[in-house]
Amino acid sequence: MSGAELGLAVSVFLACAVESVEALTIVLAVGTTRSWRAALVGVGAAVVVLAGVTAALGPALTALPLGTLRLVVGGLLLIFGLQWLRKAVLRAGGSKALRDELEAYERELSAARRAGAVGGGLDPYAFTIAFKGVLLEGLEVVFIVLTFGANQHRIGLAAAAAGLAVLLVTGAGVAVHRPLQRVPENTLKFAVGVMLTSFGTFWGAEGAGAHWPGGDAALLAIVPATLLLAFGLVAALRRRTRAAHRIAGEATARP
Amino acid sequence: MSRTALARRIRAAAMFVWDFIVGDDWRLALGVVAGLGATALLAGSGIVAWWVLPVCAGVLLMVSVWRASEPNG
Repeated sequence: MSGAELGLAVSVFLACAVESVEALTIVLAVGTTRSWRAALVGVGAAVVVLAGVTAALGPALTALPLGTLRLVVGGLLLIFGLQWLRKAVLRAGGSKALRDELEAYERELSAARRAGAVGGGLDPYAFTIAFKGVLLEGLEVVFIVLTFGANQHRIGLAAAAAGLAVLLVTGAGVAVHRPLQRVPENTLKFAVGVMLTSFGTFWGAEGAGAHWPGGDAALLAIVPATLLLAFGLVAALRRRTRAAHRIAGEATARP
Repeated sequence: MSRTALARRIRAAAMFVWDFIVGDDWRLALGVVAGLGATALLAGSGIVAWWVLPVCAGVLLMVSVWRASEPNG
């Protein structure tokens, strides 16, 4: 497996793990409070739609000329990567609250309880919430699988990495039967953001006609440089947050 | 389906795509498009252009994070 293929597999695996943890929280909440049957039917329906999107868009993407594919896909990956990295940096730097799976689970539980009694037949509330949760989280994964996979003509490898992540998260969820709080979601998001930003920068510039010094080996410089920048931003944010707290503390201590 | 309902669905779909791709900060998306355009222009003129997109991505991330972390940002 080449370095780029390893990067592809790791990025897709981590991205899929993060999204699966979030989807699992939703499905567990509606399954526990409302109906497991409706929740699982909702999951199944969402998986069918996601498979359909992958089957329809995959061949269309791989049919594009390589230059166009790299320009479009590189640009989209870079936009996506910067969004992921921005959120992860803000959370790691203390400017945005970390996502708490237990809190999200409790929120879903109380919403499910407020939604009225469960009638006979398939519970529409549990079905809709599970379907929407899996579909929305899954679309991000499909997007990453398709863009990464199509660019390297390794959609199969990307899909396998995504499938493995879903299996592991689902297995862990079934085993503990509660939200996976201990998964370091922000660290995973941070890593995925760095990889998407780096690969997006590389492919986007190539697609726009630039030539990287050293060819593919340029990625060995782009990934650490992106990581360093992100770490630097986290450190700067933490300093800023501490200074803001100190000033606020001094203001309240003043008579 | 009535014309109003169709328009509502199209608007909802467009909002979803916008939110999905552009996300929390539209400046990032606009900056990336501008960076790709600048790279293509320079590369097309025979000027070394590989550095444009990494610089652009770094500056965009710094500005976006800094703006979002401001007390009223």
